[in-house]
Amino acid sequence: MAQVALRKIVKTFDRTPAVQGIDLDISDREFIVLVGPSGCGKSTTLRMIAGLEEATSGEIYIGDQLVNDVPPKDRDIAMVFQNYALYPHMTVFENMSFGLRLKKFPKPEIRERVQAAARILDITDLLDRRPKQLSGGQRQRVAMGRAIVRNPKVFLFDEPLSNLDAKLRVQMRTEIKKIHQTVTTTTVYVTHDQVEAMTLADRVVIMNGGRIDQIGSPHEVYHNPKTQFVAGFIGSPTMNFLPCRVGENGAGLTVRLSDWLALPVPPSREARYRPRVGQEMIFGLRPEHIREGRGEVPPGAAAFEARLDVVEPMGMETMVYFLVDGVEVCGRVDPAAAGTVGEAMRLVADLNQMHLIDPRTELVI
Amino acid sequence: MSTATATGAAGQVSRVRYGSISRGRRRTLFWSYFFLILFVIFFLTPPVYMFITSLKSSAEISAATNPWWVYHPTLSNYIDLLTQNQFLIFFRNSAIVSICVVSITMVVSIFAAFALARMRFWGSATLATGVFLTYLIPESLLFIPLFKTFAYIHDTTGIELINHWWVLIILYPTLTVPFATWLMIGYFSSIPKELDEAALIDGAGYIQMLTRIFIPVAIPGIIAAMIFTFTVSWANFLYPLAFTTSADQLVLPVGIVTTLIRGDVYAWGQIMTGALLGAAPPLIIYAFLMDYYISGLTAGATKG
Repeated sequence: MAQVALRKIVKTFDRTPAVQGIDLDISDREFIVLVGPSGCGKSTTLRMIAGLEEATSGEIYIGDQLVNDVPPKDRDIAMVFQNYALYPHMTVFENMSFGLRLKKFPKPEIRERVQAAARILDITDLLDRRPKQLSGGQRQRVAMGRAIVRNPKVFLFDEPLSNLDAKLRVQMRTEIKKIHQTVTTTTVYVTHDQVEAMTLADRVVIMNGGRIDQIGSPHEVYHNPKTQFVAGFIGSPTMNFLPCRVGENGAGLTVRLSDWLALPVPPSREARYRPRVGQEMIFGLRPEHIREGRGEVPPGAAAFEARLDVVEPMGMETMVYFLVDGVEVCGRVDPAAAGTVGEAMRLVADLNQMHLIDPRTELVI
Repeated sequence: MSTATATGAAGQVSRVRYGSISRGRRRTLFWSYFFLILFVIFFLTPPVYMFITSLKSSAEISAATNPWWVYHPTLSNYIDLLTQNQFLIFFRNSAIVSICVVSITMVVSIFAAFALARMRFWGSATLATGVFLTYLIPESLLFIPLFKTFAYIHDTTGIELINHWWVLIILYPTLTVPFATWLMIGYFSSIPKELDEAALIDGAGYIQMLTRIFIPVAIPGIIAAMIFTFTVSWANFLYPLAFTTSADQLVLPVGIVTTLIRGDVYAWGQIMTGALLGAAPPLIIYAFLMDYYISGLTAGATKG
């Protein structure tokens, strides 16, 4: 059990910067997910913690020990790879016990530890098989078993579920969460899938272009994104972004999205947005905060009519798309209330959930 | 009239037939077998002829009878050769040389290939290409400088390297190590990188990574390299011809030719018998190792 700390970590490959100065504190037993698009430096960061890549500059601590120059085998970490990386010529038992055998553990203890890990992962009857006799999900379990038996200070997961089919991925995701509740070890998990990040993490680290954009609980990064990138990356379908101008309307403020659509800013936000009056800004609102308009409009919300462009029924809800000055906007409505394509529909935007982004800094105000 | 022609043409188009798939497959198989049999005949004719001749007495060989049939089969050639002390010495020399060369080559090339394929160091890529380039230099160009080198060693240290069968143990690796290394580099490179990273994290050092992961996984490649090395050292003719002369220092290929051709007298029966017996060990080894030569041993290591 240990905390992990990264201090001003920089990694460059042949003068191409991959990671540009990362500071991160991971507390003991915490489940941290590094998430971001491909090439954002998340895997490189993980590999530096593992010791598979050397940091160009900066300091990495595991526990209280500075590990920059410590080889992987002495860092007391275990890693699960995207493509499992099982030893093909060894049985499941041999795969899982390889690390312990190298460290010359007594045989009874090895057997005990492997059995215990196999029970957690429900692979007890696979121990005599070879990797090629296993399915993708089973191989992934073995890879995790190999990590668990070592009882390391830190678990590192490098996109462990990307090779599984959609159904199995959801199942294994739950499994990983369950395992972390049983084996509470500090975990760093890398993924490009924001749903995985949200469901698994105690804290999500959103990376973009070799930098950390935001660190926060899933709730925090969803509701209070700090940058336009985070706002767009977290949530599916992605947040609607529209150019707007902040204007005054008597005592209150409005955001004007087009000639025909201006939405009132809720009073709670007025103080925050007043310095921006007259400026060109970006208005952000999630699809789930544009609902069908029925009955009375709640406080802080605004109703408007829009001509529907595309209607996508999803079963439990329906996505409706409409254009505002050529920009497509998505709303999530009750299937029973969804209008038809080409006709106007009354929608309600919950402006308590709106975000205003400065287009120059791309920061959320 | 024009409409009639058009209908006729259309009718013809609709009558175009596709051969059935199974007929197409049969046709393909027929030609595959045709060429396979052609090659089998081409390659098996010499050994069959050798075998037939080895069963004939000298009198029958020189008689004008059908060369493809044995009228009075005899094992005298085999008995003569196998009771001859000289032939057994050739055989022993060849066996020791080949076993030593295979061992030396495998040790050197496995270590070299592992270093070149995995331990990315400055100049490793150039070095890997260089290894292969040395293989491209023909032995017929190499033996003269080697001869000069041996002479120099003799002049400076007094160690006589020429006309000793064991010197072939030093010579053959110059031919086998480059190719075997190159083969093993290719094989090691096909092993997924994550496998060594997993081993590194599991606590293995480079030597353990090699002995416990790479060698077991690369067994098919190692066997291919061993077969190649054995063939080269068993069958090489030029080096033993150039570097050994005394009858007790010869290896099989040169021994058969130099001792069984006396002046202009060719002991054809014994030559054929000797060649056949000499070809037997590689054949037996191939047959034995082929069972282990199973590719796809890496299946299951990673996705796919």
